[in-house]
Amino acid sequence: MEKKDLKKVYHNSFIGLIILPILIAVLPVVIPSSYILTVFIMVGIYALVCNGMTMLIGYAGQISLGHAAFYGIGAYSSAIISTTYGLSPWFGMIVGMIIAGIIAIIVGIPTFKLKGHYLALATLGFGIIVFTLFKEFRELTGGSNGFFGIPSINLFGFEFNSDLRYFYLVWVFVFIGIIFSRNIIHSRIGRALRSIEGSEIASDAVGVNIMKYKLQVFVLSAMFASLAGSLLAHYVSFINPDLFGAMTSIYFLIMVIIGGSKSIWGSVIGAATYVLLGELLKHFMPILLPNKGGEFEIVFFGILLVVTLIYMPNGLSPQLEKIFSKFQKKKVTIEAPLQINKKQIASGGENQ
Amino acid sequence: MEFSSQIIQLLFSGLTIGSIYALIAIGFVIIYNVTGVLNLAQGEFAMFGALISISLVKMGLPLWAAVILSIMTVFLIGGLFERVAIYPARKASVPTLIIITIGVSIAFRGIAILIWGTQPQSLQPFTDNTPIKFLNAVLLPQNIWAIGISLVSLVVMFYLFNKTFIGKALTACVVNQFAARLMGIKPEKMSLLAISTSAGLGALAGIVIAPISGASYDMGMMIGLKAFVAAVVGGLTNVPAAIGGAFLIGILESFAEGLWSSGLKDVVSFSLLLIILFVKPEGIFAKASGKRV
Repeated sequence: MEKKDLKKVYHNSFIGLIILPILIAVLPVVIPSSYILTVFIMVGIYALVCNGMTMLIGYAGQISLGHAAFYGIGAYSSAIISTTYGLSPWFGMIVGMIIAGIIAIIVGIPTFKLKGHYLALATLGFGIIVFTLFKEFRELTGGSNGFFGIPSINLFGFEFNSDLRYFYLVWVFVFIGIIFSRNIIHSRIGRALRSIEGSEIASDAVGVNIMKYKLQVFVLSAMFASLAGSLLAHYVSFINPDLFGAMTSIYFLIMVIIGGSKSIWGSVIGAATYVLLGELLKHFMPILLPNKGGEFEIVFFGILLVVTLIYMPNGLSPQLEKIFSKFQKKKVTIEAPLQINKKQIASGGENQ
Repeated sequence: MEFSSQIIQLLFSGLTIGSIYALIAIGFVIIYNVTGVLNLAQGEFAMFGALISISLVKMGLPLWAAVILSIMTVFLIGGLFERVAIYPARKASVPTLIIITIGVSIAFRGIAILIWGTQPQSLQPFTDNTPIKFLNAVLLPQNIWAIGISLVSLVVMFYLFNKTFIGKALTACVVNQFAARLMGIKPEKMSLLAISTSAGLGALAGIVIAPISGASYDMGMMIGLKAFVAAVVGGLTNVPAAIGGAFLIGILESFAEGLWSSGLKDVVSFSLLLIILFVKPEGIFAKASGKRV
């Protein structure tokens, strides 16, 4: 990619940083509905997890089918520290992130020696082991019955106890997360990650410490997931192991893929698409198919995932960027990064 | 009950579940070696097999007819799956293919919910299910059926692969796809055949386990994953090793459940998976060879 385009892409993702806070600030004013706020709080929580996973999947090219484990570690750390021990929820959040980070290092060192299928399997296995432990450590986690009465977060006496307040809290975290990961992606580390995604052997040959970068991005994504888990726990005030099972990991993956793993904005777009489509289906499917339970939307998401991967392997965000750049009447080239593009690797190129 | 009879009983239920895993694990190995795809939707074929046969029995078909019809239906579903989801994406990267099979597996679960709902259902035992006493252990005839049917189908598969032309063509694709193509074997056709056959085998596994542990829309995931673990333990490229891995996992799980804790049996099998992946990713039954995965 040319240097001019590179600047252009950076510029475009910068525009998003201005638009997002405006949208977030305006939304509760335009639609003052508690239901919509709840929906967007969930979008924000998922976007935070996907943000970390996007760096891992889209930029470093490593698959993870176990991120619900870190999400759960965050939730349970927050819950146990703030409820059982009566300490500050903020402390719980930080402890959760530290625990998730340490576990990510321990698991990551042997895991990231593996590639492809084996990596997917190992992360899946890890996720299932953690899920089972959540269920079995009854004294600590409440077992399958769940963990009740998690208090809300407060900051210097200001309680985040209404949907509106929590909505802003979550999206402030999402916003900080996006700035953070955007800076990483556009730094030296980001370039190293992309080179790993392109070819591990080539990046090893030119002196990129593959293991170090893969591990760093895995730890970072684990911490993002843990933070999101803590936010979920303090919002819903009741958690149980089923929230953190293998299916949750898979849903995170769906969000990342649908949104587009090659763009930081893909995490927000993917999370929003997943949650909003899910809600729409819940409202409209019973009209089409009465007498069916509430879980039928998974057919739809499964098919959507397959179709997205076959026909739109970069997800929705490049499409949206195309539309966006048409508005500006300037051309931005969009590459197809899922296929290895030799020219791009040679130039250490940028793709969005 | 004395300790020795408990051991026999646990061993027996381990063999039962191991034989189920073996049927599905063979499917994994065949698909993986012919197409390079690790099919995470494999367990869903077992689920379809079980639920379709239950519905057919409820419609009044005799059990044997329901079983045959159900296996044939799942065979066709497998073929359709290959043409619709795997074939168009055959040139995609490994993570993409994995995610596609995940997508298909959740779509299958969803379809199962739409058709059968979320309530678990059960299939009648194949024959009169009065427990048999054996060395003070109580054994159910259905378990004997499960082990027997699995062993017979394993032998039949072995015969098909080694003695018939199509089996040999399939094996040729497993060993060396390029050479197979030079000999006029079409790997595309073999891919279709491999996935359909694995689907049929999966369906059989589901039907055999249905009278023992029931059938529901979400049964496929765990069975599939365990069979996966079995295939990896065996080494992913070797059918007899995968069968060995399946019985090992089944017995290990049964003992973990009986002697330790039923909740922690999953931890045991998945920890074994992680240990093997980290220490010996070529599988514990693999002979030392130049080829590494």
